[in-house]
Amino acid sequence: MAEAVALRQANPAGHWLDTMAAWGLAILWILPLAYAVWTAFHPAEFSAKFSLTAPLTLENFARAWEAAPFARYFLNTTLLVSLILGSQLLLCTLAAYAFVRYEFRGKNVVFALVLVQLMIMPDVLLVENYKTMSKLGLIDTLLGIGLPYFASAFAIFLLRQTFKGIPKELVEAATMEGASALQILWRVYVPLAKPVYVAFALVSVSYHWNNFLWPLVVTNSVNSRPLTVGLQVFASADQGIDWSIITAATLLTAAPLLLAFLLFQRQFVQSFMRAGIK
Amino acid sequence: MNAQKQAHAWLLLLPALTLLVAFTHYPAIATLIDSFMSTPKPNRASVFVGFDNYAAMVDDPIFWQALRNNLWFALATIPLSVGLALAMALWVNGKLAGRGFLRMAYFTPTVLPMIAVANIWLFFYTPSYGLLEQIGNLFGLPSQNWLGDKATALGAITVVAIWKEAGFFMIFYLAALQGINPSLREAAAIEGASRWFFFRRVLWPLLMPTTIFVLVNAVINAFRMVDHVVVMTRGGPDNATTLLLYHLYEVGFKFWDQGYAAAVTVVLLAALATVALVQFFVLDRKAHY
Amino acid sequence: MKHSFATCAAAVALALGASAVQAQSTEVPFYFPVAVGGPITKIIDQFATDFNKENPSIKVSPIYAGSYQDTIVKALTANKAGTPPVASVLLSTDTFTLIDEDAIVPIDNFVKTPEDKAWLGGFYKAFLLNGQIGGKTWGVPFQRSTVVLYWNKELFKEAGLDPNKAPQTWAEMTSMAQKLTRKDASGKVTQYGVQIPSSGFPYWLFQGLTTQNDVILANEAGTQTKFDDPKVIEALQYWVDLSKKHGVHPSGIVEWGTTPKDFMEKKVAMIWTTTGNLTNIRTNAKFDFGVAMLPAGKKRGSPTGGGNFFIFKKATPAQQEAAFKFAKWLTQPARAAQWGIDTGYVAVSPAAWDTPALKKYAAEFAPAAVARDQLQYAVAELSTHDNQRVTKAFNDGLQAALTGSKTAEAAMKDAQKEAERLLRTYK
Repeated sequence: MAEAVALRQANPAGHWLDTMAAWGLAILWILPLAYAVWTAFHPAEFSAKFSLTAPLTLENFARAWEAAPFARYFLNTTLLVSLILGSQLLLCTLAAYAFVRYEFRGKNVVFALVLVQLMIMPDVLLVENYKTMSKLGLIDTLLGIGLPYFASAFAIFLLRQTFKGIPKELVEAATMEGASALQILWRVYVPLAKPVYVAFALVSVSYHWNNFLWPLVVTNSVNSRPLTVGLQVFASADQGIDWSIITAATLLTAAPLLLAFLLFQRQFVQSFMRAGIK
Repeated sequence: MNAQKQAHAWLLLLPALTLLVAFTHYPAIATLIDSFMSTPKPNRASVFVGFDNYAAMVDDPIFWQALRNNLWFALATIPLSVGLALAMALWVNGKLAGRGFLRMAYFTPTVLPMIAVANIWLFFYTPSYGLLEQIGNLFGLPSQNWLGDKATALGAITVVAIWKEAGFFMIFYLAALQGINPSLREAAAIEGASRWFFFRRVLWPLLMPTTIFVLVNAVINAFRMVDHVVVMTRGGPDNATTLLLYHLYEVGFKFWDQGYAAAVTVVLLAALATVALVQFFVLDRKAHY
Repeated sequence: MKHSFATCAAAVALALGASAVQAQSTEVPFYFPVAVGGPITKIIDQFATDFNKENPSIKVSPIYAGSYQDTIVKALTANKAGTPPVASVLLSTDTFTLIDEDAIVPIDNFVKTPEDKAWLGGFYKAFLLNGQIGGKTWGVPFQRSTVVLYWNKELFKEAGLDPNKAPQTWAEMTSMAQKLTRKDASGKVTQYGVQIPSSGFPYWLFQGLTTQNDVILANEAGTQTKFDDPKVIEALQYWVDLSKKHGVHPSGIVEWGTTPKDFMEKKVAMIWTTTGNLTNIRTNAKFDFGVAMLPAGKKRGSPTGGGNFFIFKKATPAQQEAAFKFAKWLTQPARAAQWGIDTGYVAVSPAAWDTPALKKYAAEFAPAAVARDQLQYAVAELSTHDNQRVTKAFNDGLQAALTGSKTAEAAMKDAQKEAERLLRTYK
C-alpha cells in the first residue's frame, strides 16, 4: 500500500490521467451489457429509444423463457463444462507429469504430437469426428460433446512448463520420505501449480461455455443441448431481430456466470497471491 | 530407465494420448488425405487427384481475399487485445478508484456468449438509429453504414473481437502482476525510477511468460473467431469480412466440397503450426523464468 | 399369495407386451429449423405428440436443428456419417443439392391412392415449383413465404400521398419514395423512401425485381443461368439507381435483420421483406401500415421462399412410409391453416385458406391474404445444381454492384462467368 501511495504522490497528474483513461475504457467496455440491461427491461419500442420515462417490464423475460427450456440448457451446460474441466485436469496432469518426471523412448515425438493439437480445432474436423461419435453411439450426449476436448494439449503444455519449474529440492525431499510417484505428484506438484490450474480452468470454462458449432452438430434434443445452441433460436434469419427478447435471453443465461464472477473474483485474485513460489 | 518406469510413463500418458489421436490426429490425417482426393459424390467415388484441390484454391480469388482479411484481422486484434489487456491489468492492479467495477467491466465480454453479443453490436452499428449513429448525431458526424460498406466492415468486426478478448487476457496479466514481489516496486520508487523505466526494465521482462501465453491464445483466436462473422455479416459485403475459417466452413458445409475444404484446412493448419512453432522454440528461449 | 403372484405376473406380461409394441414402433427422427420468432419448437413438439398419439405404431421425434443452414449441415452430416435422418424440413432451394448427394427420395414413390394424388395436387402451384425436378416431386411444401411490400400509412399521409394506395409500378415506387425521403438541416437523410435488404441473400429480393422485369434467372433443370441477360442488368441498375441516382434508398448493403425494425422506427417508409414478418410488424408497429404486392415492372412478380418437407433415402421403407404419413398429416388444411396463423407463413393450399379459421383471420386482417393473392404471379426461387456456390457468386455480384465497387453490368457478367464454370459438369 505504501508504495502505491508513494507512486501516487510522486506523480499525481499521471495518476489522474490513468484513472480517467481506465474509467473511460471501462464505460466503453460495459456499454453492450448496459444496453442489454436497458433493452431487456423495457418494451420493444424502446430498444432504440433511450427516453428516461420509458416503462419497465418483465415481459421480455417471460417471452424468452417461453421460447426455450433454459433451466435444462443451464443444467446441461454446467454439467458439460464441469465434465470437460474435470477430465482435462485429471488426464492432462497425468500426461504432463509423465513428460516431466520420466525419460522414455519416443518422448519428444509424443510431445510434438501433443503440440499438434494446439492448432487443430475440432470444429475443422467436424465431419470425421461426427462419424466417430456416431460409431461410439454418443450422439446427443454430454460425453459426446466433451470427449474430443478431454485431452487438452494446452493444459499439457502449460502444466509441463509449470512442473518443470518446481524446485528439485522439494521433490527430493518427498522422495526421501518414501513417497511414491503418484504421491509426489499429489503432494508436491499439484499444490504448487494451483495458479496455473486456475488460469487454465478459466480458459476451459469460458471456451466451452461459449462453444457453439460442434455442440450444434452433435446434439439433437433437449437432453444434451447447451445454452449457446438454445440461444440460437433467437438469432432466426427469416424474421427481423428483436433486441428486447435477445437481450432478455442473454441476461437470463449470462447472469449466473456474471454473478459467479462477481462473487469469486476475489477468490481468483487471492489464490494467485497465495501462490508464493513462482 | 528401467522397464517398469517406462511402463509407468506410458500408463500416465495413455488416456490423454488415446483421445488426442482419436479426435485430432486421426481426423487430421484423414483430412490431409482428403485434400489429395476429389470430393466424393454418390455416383462418383473419391479419386486421387494430386494437387488439383490446391490448384483450385490458388485460383480462387475468395481464398486470397479470406487470407488477406484474416491477416489484417490478426494484425489488428493481436497487439491491440494484448496491449489493452496489459493496460487493463496495470490499471486494475494499481489501486485506482473503483477497481472492482473496472475489473468487472473489463471481464464482462468474456462471460457473454458471442451469439447474443454479436446481435447487440449489430444494434450499435445499425445506420440511422443505432447507438453509434445516435452518438454521432450528438456531435454532428455524418452517417456511416459500418457493416454495409466494404471499407469499414472488416474494421467493425475487428473491434468486436478486440472487445471480446482483451478482458480475458487481462486476468492472466493480473495474476502475473499479483505474483510480482511488491518490494521491487518500492525499491524502484525509492530510487526515483520513473514508471515507464520500471515498466520497461522490470515489469515487462517479468511478464514475458504471461505475454507468450497470451500471445499464443491471441494468435489461435485470430484464426478461430468466426462466430461474429456468421451473425453480423455472413462474410459480406462481397467477401469483405470473410475470414479463413469462415471460408472453410462455407466450402465444407455449404458447398459440400470436401476435397477443396480439406486443402484449405491444411493451409490453415500449416499457417498456425508455423506461428506456434516460432513462438515455442524461439520466444520460449527468451522467456525469463 | 397365489392371487397376488398372478396379478404380478399379469402386470409384468402387460408391461413387457406394451414395451414390445413400443419396440415395434417406427422411429422417425424429424429435423426442423426455426426461422421465425415465436414458440416454434413448442408447436412442432405438440404436432409430434398429437401425431404419435393418433398413430401409436409411429414415433416422430422432432429434432430442433437451428437455422436453415444449420439444419442442412446437420442432416447431411448425419447422412454421410451413416445415421441419416428420416425426415427433415429444409430450404426448397436445397432440392438439387439433396438430389446430387443422393440423400432423398421422390414423394411420388408414396403417392398411390387417388386421395394421395388429390392431396399432392392440392398445393399452390407456385410452392410446388422448386420441388419439381426431372418430372418428379421431391419435397412437400410446408413453411413457405413470398416477398411483399410493407408501407407506413402515417408517413404517406405526411408526405401528401394517399395512405391507402401502395405503389403499383416501379415508376410509382420511385416517385412516391422521392416524396417520402426526408433530410434534416445538414442534408443528412432522416427518413428513406424505400429499402430493399441486401445482406446475406440479396438474390431473393432481387428475384422480385427480375421477375417483374420479365426474366427468369435459371432453367428448370438447374443447369443454366441468365445472370448477364440485359433485363437482369436493367433490374439491378434500377435497384442501384434508387440509392445512387434518386437518393431514396440507403447506400451500401442494407441489413436484412434490422429492416423490420428500421420500418418500425420510421426510418424508412416502404420496405420489401418476407411475409413471415407480418406478425412481428403487426405486434410492434405503432402506426397504421399496409401490405401490398410488390410493384409491377413489366409485370407483377415475386419469388417464393421457405422450406419443404423431405424424406430421406437411407431410411427403411417403413420409416419412409411413416414420414410420408406425417407429411400428409402436417399439411391437412386445418392444421396448415393454424400453422400459417401461428407463424406468419403462407398456408400452402387453397383448401387451408378455405377453412373457417383462416377465412376469419383473412377477413379481420386483410394484409394476411396479400401474400396468397400474389401467388399467381410467383415464380420458383432461384435454384441450380451446386446451388450454394452459384447463388454465392450471384450474391457477391449483387453486393459488389450495390456497394459501387463494380458496375451492374460488370458484376452480372462476372457472376454469370462463375456460374457457367460451376455448372459445366452438370450439363
